[in-house]
Amino acid sequence: MSGDSDFQPKNPVLKWIERRLPILSFVNSSFVSYLVPRNLNYWWTFGGILTVMLAVQIVTGIVLVMHYTPTSAEAFNSVEHIMRDVNYGWLLRYIHANGASMFFLAVYIHIFRGLYYGSYKEPREILWILGVIIFVLMMAAAFMGYVLPWGQMSFWAATVITNLFTAIPLVGKAITQWLWGGYAVDQPTLQRFFALHYLLPFMIVGVVVLHIWALHHVGQGNPTGIDVKSDRDTIPFTPYATVKDNFALICFLIVFAWFVFYIPNYMGHPDNYIPANPLQTPPHIVPEWYFLPFYAILRAIPNKLMGVVALFGSIGVLAFLPWLDTSKVRSARFRPLYKQFFWVLVVVCIGLGYLGSKPAEGAYVIIARILTAYYFLHFLVILPALGYLETPRPLPTSISEPVLPRKSAAAVGRKG
Amino acid sequence: MFMRKTALAIFAASVLGAAPAVAAEDHIQIQRQSWSFAGPFGTFDRAQIQRGYRVYKDVCAACHGMKLLAFRNLAQPGGPGFSEAQARSVAADYKITDGPNDKGEMFERPGRLSDYFPSPDPNEQAARARFNGSLPPDLSVIAKARGVESGLPRGLFDIITQYQEGGPDYIFAYLTGYGTPPAGEKLTDTQFWNNAFPGHKTSMRPPLQNSQVDYTDGTPTTIEQYSRDVSAFLMWAAEPHLEARKRIGFQAIIFLLVLGALAYFTKKKVWADLH
Repeated sequence: MSGDSDFQPKNPVLKWIERRLPILSFVNSSFVSYLVPRNLNYWWTFGGILTVMLAVQIVTGIVLVMHYTPTSAEAFNSVEHIMRDVNYGWLLRYIHANGASMFFLAVYIHIFRGLYYGSYKEPREILWILGVIIFVLMMAAAFMGYVLPWGQMSFWAATVITNLFTAIPLVGKAITQWLWGGYAVDQPTLQRFFALHYLLPFMIVGVVVLHIWALHHVGQGNPTGIDVKSDRDTIPFTPYATVKDNFALICFLIVFAWFVFYIPNYMGHPDNYIPANPLQTPPHIVPEWYFLPFYAILRAIPNKLMGVVALFGSIGVLAFLPWLDTSKVRSARFRPLYKQFFWVLVVVCIGLGYLGSKPAEGAYVIIARILTAYYFLHFLVILPALGYLETPRPLPTSISEPVLPRKSAAAVGRKG
Repeated sequence: MFMRKTALAIFAASVLGAAPAVAAEDHIQIQRQSWSFAGPFGTFDRAQIQRGYRVYKDVCAACHGMKLLAFRNLAQPGGPGFSEAQARSVAADYKITDGPNDKGEMFERPGRLSDYFPSPDPNEQAARARFNGSLPPDLSVIAKARGVESGLPRGLFDIITQYQEGGPDYIFAYLTGYGTPPAGEKLTDTQFWNNAFPGHKTSMRPPLQNSQVDYTDGTPTTIEQYSRDVSAFLMWAAEPHLEARKRIGFQAIIFLLVLGALAYFTKKKVWADLH
């Protein structure tokens, strides 16, 4: 799928560089002449948006670190110092805090796009698994970042999440104390979370490079899910995909700006503006919105160890998706049954998110259990079974067939 | 087909069947107020936050600190609009402990612009000893540390309507929410009934009375007006750059809209030759 590699710079300086390090032809073949299917829709722009979000988080994060103090006594005040006294500190912090939410919004769209169009199927299994690894690293980074302002929710989120490890038989307690650096969440915990929060984004960058490498090796999937067959099916990345990604990115940034400038605390919890107090538990400990479905799964299981297993299992199951989905057809467009189950899954995930924000009592728990069961049922039973039970609709013969207007007036191609 | 219908049926039945059993909590409704700083073009009403500052200084400050604010903040743009000389004289009224000096001793001096508002009690234990074990919270970010749960679907509309005033709405409801307990509710000597407070039994005695603070601009000196003004002041204290944020936000969004339009037409033009 890579573009032409006989790119030769004309400028003598660039020629000199190119002979010693062929970076220019590499960039050219990866981002300019790189060929993409011509029928990619706007759901395919979120990869680019995520790359930009990662850069935004790293740049704002590095500047915030210049003003932040990772001690339990000063963390809260230093964040307020950023908000009040650092030039445009409020802007940096609100971009960084809302940026995390926007990052997850984009990644969830990106993941569900992959689910809908079967982006995890042969030959993109490793590409998909790298994506799951990025998702796990993102969750770790976001969680540790949320602890840093050392407000009430920071502290109690850290307490609840680190306590999950005590559920591990025999060594749970020892592991938890090792994570804490003491006998409770305290200064050493904050300090190591800070160190890891700074490290993880660079690990994410590393895996993103592999993710993009794998992508460029096997080539983009596309809404029809069928393979590229001829030159007529593809277009060069630049200018076509570049201008489309650019437009989608700007639209995304408008939403982002709306949150940053007008409702910067909408995603946050008011309790996190109360300094951490180990002696006072907030009435409801709730994580940020992007963790709510997983939090609901955790609390749906009455047994602590099994709850933790379900929590990690709900993410881990995604890595096995290429083998759990037995259908040969990639795109849900041609899978009438899977398409329905996909939307049920979307509703179930949103439902779990809602339940995660509610106290774990009464009917909430019962519904959370049903939805949790369904979540696993979807991946472990429905997906494997569908491949055998479902009769896919006929596939088009090529990508360009449904996109380009046909000569014959009788032909009815689905729009790309 | 059968599987899909079954899945949907189980899903629908579980959600619908369980819904009525859920709403059992004691839900406190906080009335939304209209604030000058709400919305995309919101700004603080200078006169209002000056009055609010008076209420804070004359009433709240007896028990509550505001340690993240410095006297210089009173004169900074987007704030209550004190002149530098006025802020200096506010600062000079406070005694600040400084030191150690050359002899190694701590000493007191009048406040300067760069000093922060001193808290009424030297430490948490002293405050708790003074208030029967309760701790009056610092008010620096209280307007962001309190909120109103909108629930669904209203919470989603809050994104469009830019509702971010849950803090001042709650503070206003709390300050005006004192009342007598319903029959059957017992209060101890150090508890007071408040309609807005979660659990209703608050440890703060009703702080405001009518005509307690003099206003020089003819604004009514009522509990309701004091509450409104001090809530607005506390919002500024919690978010001193609110005006700059909204102003820059408008510019940023206009810029992005224009850029987005250009990007859209560029995309259309570039793609036109494909078909």
